[in-house]
Amino acid sequence: MIDFLKRLFGQTGSSSTAKERLRLVLMTDHLELAPEMVDAMKRDLVDVISRYVEVDREKIDVTFEQQDKTLAMLANIPILAVNRNGNVVPPASNGHLPSAAAPAPAAQSAPEPAAQTAPVAEPPPKRKRRRRKKSKPAIPAPALLVSGGVLSAAK
Amino acid sequence: MTARRIVITSGKGGVGKTTTTANLGAALAKRGKRVILIDADIGLRNLDLVLGLEKRIVFDLVEVAEGRCQLRQALIKDKRFESLAVLPAAQTREKDAITEEQFSSIVERAAEQCDYVLIDCPAGIETGFRNAVAGAAEAIVVTTPEVSAIRDADRVVGKLAARGKPIRLIVNRLRSEMVRSGDMLSVDDVCEILAVELLGIVPDSEEIIDTTNRGEPVVLDQSSRVSAIYNKIVRRLEGELVPFTSFAGTGFFGRLLDAMKAG
Amino acid sequence: MHVLKPDELQVPAGKAEATKLGRAIVVTSGKGGVGKTTTTANLGTALAQRGATVALVDADVGLRNLDIVLGLESRVKYHLLDVLEGAATLDDALVADKHSPTLRLLAAAQAREKEDVETEKMRALVQTLRERFDYVLIDSPAGIELGFKNAVAGAQEAIVVCTPEVSAVRDVDRVVGLLGNAFQPQLVINRLRPQLVKKGKMLSVDDVNAILRLPLLGVIADEPEIIVATNRGEPLALRKEAPTGAAYRAIAARLAGDDVPAPMPPVTQTFFDRLGAIFGGKRA
Repeated sequence: MIDFLKRLFGQTGSSSTAKERLRLVLMTDHLELAPEMVDAMKRDLVDVISRYVEVDREKIDVTFEQQDKTLAMLANIPILAVNRNGNVVPPASNGHLPSAAAPAPAAQSAPEPAAQTAPVAEPPPKRKRRRRKKSKPAIPAPALLVSGGVLSAAK
Repeated sequence: MTARRIVITSGKGGVGKTTTTANLGAALAKRGKRVILIDADIGLRNLDLVLGLEKRIVFDLVEVAEGRCQLRQALIKDKRFESLAVLPAAQTREKDAITEEQFSSIVERAAEQCDYVLIDCPAGIETGFRNAVAGAAEAIVVTTPEVSAIRDADRVVGKLAARGKPIRLIVNRLRSEMVRSGDMLSVDDVCEILAVELLGIVPDSEEIIDTTNRGEPVVLDQSSRVSAIYNKIVRRLEGELVPFTSFAGTGFFGRLLDAMKAG
Repeated sequence: MHVLKPDELQVPAGKAEATKLGRAIVVTSGKGGVGKTTTTANLGTALAQRGATVALVDADVGLRNLDIVLGLESRVKYHLLDVLEGAATLDDALVADKHSPTLRLLAAAQAREKEDVETEKMRALVQTLRERFDYVLIDSPAGIELGFKNAVAGAQEAIVVCTPEVSAVRDVDRVVGLLGNAFQPQLVINRLRPQLVKKGKMLSVDDVNAILRLPLLGVIADEPEIIVATNRGEPLALRKEAPTGAAYRAIAARLAGDDVPAPMPPVTQTFFDRLGAIFGGKRA
């Protein structure tokens, strides 16, 4: 009876598992197939953060990880200095920051279909966490850990 | 006026490209269209076998490309139809025996003498695929409602879209009872994931296995349900708006009806 | 027609090996979609369940699926080409299986081409894996081109997977011809539908092997549970009570050298004249 009810209300057997898994794996595949887009996204991310704090561009690490039923972007961005006055650096004089919706590279990227696949053109929402700054010089500079960029398909 | 040049591809092997090519070709020929089928699977040819023409091969695609014979000498006319001919692949060569330009040129020559050129693409996304796609102006992607097939189809859709070819989808080997029990992705699921226009839904059927073994396209059997489905597909291909029909009328839950959709 | 020579395929003899090397087996077919990946995943799982250490290698660069069949797609960080090109170590890339502690997966790259794999490097990689694992199973892509050749590089044995359909039999026949005698290919017949065989609509096991004449490792019937298992990413070999699971476990046992009677589904003998005419007893 429970099974029948589950089916009635759309909580079916393995096909819903399959659909979820496919959705996530295709997002990962699309990211893997569009390295230029991912690089552009990383650059833009760093540009935005640099307006608030000084970062070490050489040591930035951005990865994508599956967390439960979503794909998340994890960015680890070491901070070199925080401006005492809390001034925000204005954008570069050549105008606005480049749009996050970088054009997809020619041959390898997937097309931009309906909303079901990852809307990777949109900048993900970010949640920032700061580590406490330590006085001992041996300890590496604190990193700005940006996580929770949820690249899940909006429905 | 030259023919429409359509490649039938999938990425994943074994989902029914060759069977689809053969049956679409036969169904189009039955409607009076002049059709040339080209087997682009050099080294592992099967289009000839599926149509029961394997004993009549004299020349093949590679020999035409190398100029060792004329196209018309290599084309095998299927005697069961007014206007269906097949250009078989070579069996003992490899996919790089032919270039994209050579293949395109052969397709163009074929296109001058018929209404439809259907290209049976090999599995994969390598040289064989690239050659087959180079000759085509449109694509039909075939998939089954299974995880690996859909993943591979997605890859292929990406590659085709990057080349600007219009793409339509055939979902093959649907098992309605499994969709109903929640153990198989539905056609709607597949279309949602791939986001490609649907051309046809072909159910899993014993008839296909049987007729393929005998080298007879299923469309020869007027009474066959699958035959009717291929006929609907070619009507859509020709531009008609043919609705996708449900099978069993039982059940009043929308989900169940969707699950039984085929046509 | 070019038959791959033993020295083109096998690991060159030379280095004295103190420890016993594992068996490197390529799983191939020619025809796509007959169940190579499913067989590799299940056979690997069954062997690991018996306690063997097993490495599974997905050689289908660009169209990887072994990861998704095993349910490991979210755990792949590095892939085959990363290892071959030195961008990652083998330990970085080998993914631990969720269900079998002695099973590891080396996934294919998705955004690369088969042409990027260097045959010599592949051979060396398989050799390294043989030093660490009892079994190295290599999932070959469809076809007989470079992807297939690279999958074969470094293997000493082959399992050919065939469905009871004329095209599949023809393709396997071609592949076996290309492999030559060096690999002692053994046959797995997949997707058999005993009811259809009885009705004379499908080739029987005997029909298939009358053409191929290979040692039969096992027969797997076409069951809906296989689709469900792939949907979930849980190979059936994990479940003894599933008929397909039991069939794969029997295949693993046979492969390991156990004397296991063939659990073949009862089928009617049927004969298709066309086959005789197509193949005429000769191998291409």
